Amino acid sequence: MSDILINHVYKRFAVPGNEVVALKDINLDIASGEFVCLLGPSGCGKSTLLNAIAGFSHPTEGSITVGGRPVVEPGPDRGMVFQEYALFPWMTVFKNVRFGLEVKGVANDVADARVRELLDMLGLSEFGERFPKDLSGGMRQRVAIARVLALDSPVLLMDEPFGALDALTRRSLQDELLKIWARLGKTIVFVTHSIEEAIYLADRIVVLTYRPGTVKRDIRVEMPRPRDAASPEFNTLKRELSRLVSEEQQRHEAAERAGLTTD
Amino acid sequence: MRRNTWLAALQGAVVPLVLLAIWQAASSSGLVNAKILPSPVAVAVRWWAYLAPAEPYDPANGGYIAWLFSGELIMDAMGSLYRVVMGFLVGAILALPMGLAMGASRAAFRWLNPLVEVLRPIPPIAYIPLSILWFGLGNPPAIFLISLGAFFPVLVNTIAGVRQVDGIYLRAARNLGAGPLTIFRRVMLPAATPYILSGVRIGIGTAFIVVIVSEMIAVNNGLGFRILEAREYFWSDKIIAGMLTIGLLGLAIDSGVTRINNHLLRWHRGLEH
Ligand SMILES: Nc1ncnc2c1ncn2[C@@H]1O[C@H](COP(=O)(O)OP(=O)(O)OP(=O)(O)O)[C@@H](O)[C@H]1O
Ligand SMILES: [Mg+2]
Repeated sequence: MSDILINHVYKRFAVPGNEVVALKDINLDIASGEFVCLLGPSGCGKSTLLNAIAGFSHPTEGSITVGGRPVVEPGPDRGMVFQEYALFPWMTVFKNVRFGLEVKGVANDVADARVRELLDMLGLSEFGERFPKDLSGGMRQRVAIARVLALDSPVLLMDEPFGALDALTRRSLQDELLKIWARLGKTIVFVTHSIEEAIYLADRIVVLTYRPGTVKRDIRVEMPRPRDAASPEFNTLKRELSRLVSEEQQRHEAAERAGLTTD
Repeated sequence: MRRNTWLAALQGAVVPLVLLAIWQAASSSGLVNAKILPSPVAVAVRWWAYLAPAEPYDPANGGYIAWLFSGELIMDAMGSLYRVVMGFLVGAILALPMGLAMGASRAAFRWLNPLVEVLRPIPPIAYIPLSILWFGLGNPPAIFLISLGAFFPVLVNTIAGVRQVDGIYLRAARNLGAGPLTIFRRVMLPAATPYILSGVRIGIGTAFIVVIVSEMIAVNNGLGFRILEAREYFWSDKIIAGMLTIGLLGLAIDSGVTRINNHLLRWHRGLEH
């Protein structure tokens, strides 16, 4: 079981002379194997929610359970992919992918075989002995994905993983991710700014409001994959989401003009 | 590529050669007193005499190689090198764990940092009287002083290195299931190595300065001792020969350390190799 239950979650940050309510009464019930995108303008609490699921920071109130167990700390049952890749630059690609297996205490030959299989799956076989600095952004993100897949975690948490990539690389990684998801049946929570990316990928799109972060809309995407960005359904949904997101974007900008925030 | 490095080497040789020529001309023409500034040729001759074995080759006294390295210069250089290495190792081996602890733990930092800040500005040279009182003469006070010189650069850089480790690596490691010990060994330590190694390089540089000074005071061999001894006999050619040897040894040590660093940091961004 790898469903995620988010129950009355609040997150407040103390800032000098004030308090930021980053998340307010978030309730989400994510089914095992579901691909969910969190969508919203900058500062609406997407990363905060993802970090809470990952166990990096605890909700001020409320509870989160993954696969029936309450989240108390980060763990390899919830693999995280960061926008900044977060590869260990002092390890080769091979060693990076192997790290989680070593920590787990997997036998050497089993681990090596598993790493080779993952590198192969992500088109990285040729690059095992390279260091991250010698790879392009797209390649680095592939390594980061291979590294969490090595954990065999049922849940993948991805915080704008493709945000820094050019459009073509981005599309090819999106397709790769969908293939992996279809093949391995992971539950994926994917944070993005991009409406198109959300529609292209998700079973379900959760739009968040700006400060306090609440669920503004929870939309199911029924289109069959691969999805065609030129199709009428795609564009109807895109218009609808654009309207929702830009409402929140305007609230963000108004807050900025009022000097309440700088993000 | 090759062509360019040759050209660069040739270019770098021009200024020293011109200076040497002026110096030789000034000496040969009698413009400067040879006691004060001997000619380059005189220095080179003296350097060779200093380097060459004192006794003729005699198989009874050991092998050919041993004979070849029996010259005074070689013995002095070995003596100095031995003290640098020992002193550096003592200093670095004490500084490294302390720096790691102070970088990783706020409590350790609060306990130890005030003491470090007070002791750090005292130059190792100022410890000379105390070191002689404590350790007498010979290698022990020299190694004590050198280790002091190496200690602080390694310490300070190690602290800084551990503190600047990007939080994203720690988060990634925790997410991959690593416990505190694994994170320390496999993440904090390697992430801090660029800083630690630059501390090592500065520490070795300081150790090399201190070895010369301590040899002038506490021991009777080594390159520092030899140039002071030469002054007593007014052998200015030998003083300069000794100084050049010190420079060459320092250069050799530093380029060795740089090579090792480049290998250890081959993963690091922005390094040419
Ligand atoms: N440690 C913190 N201290 C104070 N405020 C914080 C902290 N972390 C986040 N916030 C605030 O909480 C809100 C949500 O932040 P969060 O990083 O989750 O937004 P986001 O949706 O991920 O934005 P982006 O798209 O820019 O990544 C923001 O208004 C931010 O200023
Ligand atoms: Mg974010």
